[in-house]
Amino acid sequence: MISLKKNIAISESGFVFNPTTGDSFSLNSVGTDILKLLKDGKNEKEVKTTVIDRYDVDGETFDKDYYDFLKMLGQYKLLDAS
Amino acid sequence: MKKQLTIAITGLNNIDSPGPGIPVIRALRDSTEFDVRIIGLSYETLEPGIYMHEMVDYVYQIPFPKSGTDVIFGHISYINSVENIDVLIPNFDAELYNFIKLSGRMEKELGIKTFLPTMEQFEARHKVNLEEYGEKHGLLVPKSKMIFSTAEIPKLAQDFTYPIVVKGQFYDAHIAYNQEQVATYFNKIAAKWGLPIVIQQFVYGTEVNIVALGDGEGNMIGAVPMRKQYITDKGKAWAGVSLDDEGLIKQAKSMIGSSKWRGGMELEYIKTSDDEYYLIEINPRFPAWVYLAVGCGQNLPEALVKMALGEKVEAYDSYEIGKMFIRYSWDMIVDMKEFEEISTTGELGPKKRTPVD
Repeated sequence: MISLKKNIAISESGFVFNPTTGDSFSLNSVGTDILKLLKDGKNEKEVKTTVIDRYDVDGETFDKDYYDFLKMLGQYKLLDAS
Repeated sequence: MKKQLTIAITGLNNIDSPGPGIPVIRALRDSTEFDVRIIGLSYETLEPGIYMHEMVDYVYQIPFPKSGTDVIFGHISYINSVENIDVLIPNFDAELYNFIKLSGRMEKELGIKTFLPTMEQFEARHKVNLEEYGEKHGLLVPKSKMIFSTAEIPKLAQDFTYPIVVKGQFYDAHIAYNQEQVATYFNKIAAKWGLPIVIQQFVYGTEVNIVALGDGEGNMIGAVPMRKQYITDKGKAWAGVSLDDEGLIKQAKSMIGSSKWRGGMELEYIKTSDDEYYLIEINPRFPAWVYLAVGCGQNLPEALVKMALGEKVEAYDSYEIGKMFIRYSWDMIVDMKEFEEISTTGELGPKKRTPVD
């Protein structure tokens, strides 16, 4: 299961701080929602349901963008290795 | 009531490549236990700290380290006869040799206390000995070699893969991608800092640093890890952030435990993408960003002064993560009279003390 590192800080404005590396990022509202859901321990299905419910996006587009997004989170060392 | 202390401090060069003097003074002025009179010890007349009267009560020029221990001791004796110094904190690598050598004599004859690494610790961590030091203390250190002449450069390709780092024995470091660049940096650094030049294997990763304080008995009194967020063209941090990096704290704790390090220090590492820590430098004194540690809840200079005075100090067990420091430059307007005074008399300050005080 994909999980966000426990010490990642996410603010309401979409500002993300990784205290291990000192890196910070700015996310739009979709990215912020997804990160918060991951931080709350939601699985992919729950993330997908929530995002499709909140935003005007179909399942196929979500899948494609979600995997791209996860890959990026991995590259920035925001995900747990497990 | 707070304890009154007179503390002499060097490193007033608060410039773009700053000395740690002013940050150390700020830390001591923030102390909840001391009221400090700060005596600045300067080498040059344009060190900005000389003119920062809210930071430094009185300044004396002292001779350059190359003058030798006797000449320096003579000057410190004179300053002490006026100021009655309790603790002296040197902040430059290049002056530490003299002050370590003089520390026993200063305490015995002048009553001035210090809290410095031993000469053995100071010499062992030198850039030129770093690889050996790493082996002894179980630390990963990039392969390195000293060279004394440009004639040795072509042979470096046998032992190193480009790029490599070309370093001065005290300061300065450049990344060289070929022999020609090594030669250019060799000449540039040698002209300024002398020989030897240290060649070090370049390690890919992120530079992370940690400021720490050892009690000389193997205990780490405090430590705050930091990553530079903005770097000047001299490689100095202009902004940085405190990190949640257990691995780095473990490295510092292990190094202090193993070496029984006495005093302030900065460890510079490259953290690779595999989370390996390569030690690239040990600075045997607090870094210029030490005030970040104060901002994070660890007043390490205050703890150092307490240990210099022989007091027992409890180790800090936490610090604030995600605190940033951001430097700025500020033009002071200084009367020519002040510049004249420091240039001609070698002293300056609003609060001159008379010997009878």
